[in-house]
Amino acid sequence: MTELGLRFAITLTQISVIVGIVIVTVLLLTLAERKVLGWMQDRMGPMEVGPYGSLQPFADAIKLFFKEDIMPAGANKFLFTAAPLLALIPAFIGFAVIPWGPDETWEIGGIAVKPFVISDINVGILYILAFASLGAYGIILGGWASNSKYSLLGGLRSAAQIISYELNVGLSIVGILILSGSLSLVHITNAQEGWFWNWYAFKPWAPQFIALAVYVISTVAETNRVPFDLPEAESELVAGFFTEYSGLRFAFFYLAEYANMVLVSCVASALFLGGWNAPYPGTLLSLIGFPSLAWIENTMWFAFKTYSFLFLFFWLRATLPRLRYDQLMRFGWKVLLPIALANIVITSIIVFIQEQLK
Amino acid sequence: MAYVFFGYFAGVIALTAVLVVALRNPVYSALSLLVMFFHVAGLYVTLRAEFLFAVQLMVYAGAILIFYLFAVMFLTEKTPDRYHIQSWGSLLIGGAIIVEVVVLIGQHGISFGSSVARTAAPSPSEEGNTESIGQLLYTSYLFPFEVASLILLVAMIGAVVLSKKDLPEVPPS
Repeated sequence: MTELGLRFAITLTQISVIVGIVIVTVLLLTLAERKVLGWMQDRMGPMEVGPYGSLQPFADAIKLFFKEDIMPAGANKFLFTAAPLLALIPAFIGFAVIPWGPDETWEIGGIAVKPFVISDINVGILYILAFASLGAYGIILGGWASNSKYSLLGGLRSAAQIISYELNVGLSIVGILILSGSLSLVHITNAQEGWFWNWYAFKPWAPQFIALAVYVISTVAETNRVPFDLPEAESELVAGFFTEYSGLRFAFFYLAEYANMVLVSCVASALFLGGWNAPYPGTLLSLIGFPSLAWIENTMWFAFKTYSFLFLFFWLRATLPRLRYDQLMRFGWKVLLPIALANIVITSIIVFIQEQLK
Repeated sequence: MAYVFFGYFAGVIALTAVLVVALRNPVYSALSLLVMFFHVAGLYVTLRAEFLFAVQLMVYAGAILIFYLFAVMFLTEKTPDRYHIQSWGSLLIGGAIIVEVVVLIGQHGISFGSSVARTAAPSPSEEGNTESIGQLLYTSYLFPFEVASLILLVAMIGAVVLSKKDLPEVPPS
């Protein structure tokens, strides 16, 4: 029983550390997004709270926390409350299978623990995709329960959009599954060890950078970000599915959107850019004599890759105008889907030829 | 332990399956179906079929049910009552099915214990069941697999043809 208790305690610690990191990242992102957008548009961004606006996220959090909680007349109370949670849980649950650092095993109190991944399940990437597809429920139910036509239209739009683009997300990673022969994220990142051309985005003979492009575009659409933020197009739908939301419930939707961004960035760097692997073999810290601290370097590389993807999200937002709804659908089904399918066919042919030549 | 989990999942599946048809609000019915899909996925986990677990969530809960909700929200704005008119024919069919179930149980008896023992028996292979499913699909079950995909393709083309409106010719201005 003590062993079980210890395991329980270790897992709970891992979960709380990772949830803490994600929430802190989201807080940073809300500030970073406004700062980056500001600089790109030749403005200062938020400057009032704290030095250079650095305390702005806390001011926002306090404001949202103390706002009046308004529920529109005729709203479905149960679903109106449940929808933000239904959006939030799938966004956070996927982090359970993300490998943040090297595939080491530490001995804690006689129990072998993998410190940098909460759970290494053998269908890891399918697990993430499965729960990501459930995020649509929060949005569509939030839109419906608000008893407002703008919310309902936003929710319906988003359901159609998420389903269309989730297909492309799934198909764009099939090439990697063919190359690695595994669905476990830990296994996939381990297979990308060594120089950076071992990363699946640049893998010789079957590079997946086209798949990476499809993945990034589709995830931008799946997380409802500009230029695909049709569900919350403010010029047409006020604010889309969360028009009627305020206070903490609104904050939950906001948190879910940003946690989703972090999640898809983590998956992109784990699948395509080698995850925690440095672009050179081994680590510099183990080279200069600190092999026990090498994990710091590895986790920093993972963070760097993830934050680069997050920066890309902001960059796209500052650069591109919003698509029209029919353009969005046509682009997803008639451009991205054939590219993703062609990538699968070409990758499998190349892998087959390589297997024959061995 | 296995009994507890099986009992929980089976109980919730049965309860929510009844709620799907019993609830008056079609959105609640869809949500109850969602809970049911989750617990069916949970049953797959107890059977160590992780691949089926993920596919169950992705396909049924993530895609098909969203389309149900989509349709429900569009079609049943304020008058969901017309979905609660039952014809006498359904009573007949339901009665026949109940009789069949009773007869089947009477013939074989409820072998609850043995069914649980059987499900625990097949030891999961080391490689994981995604590989085994792939191997089986492309060797032993290749023909049924191809037939199933052809049927789905036909259904898809049929849906496209049915939903395609014949747009009136736009006169060139």
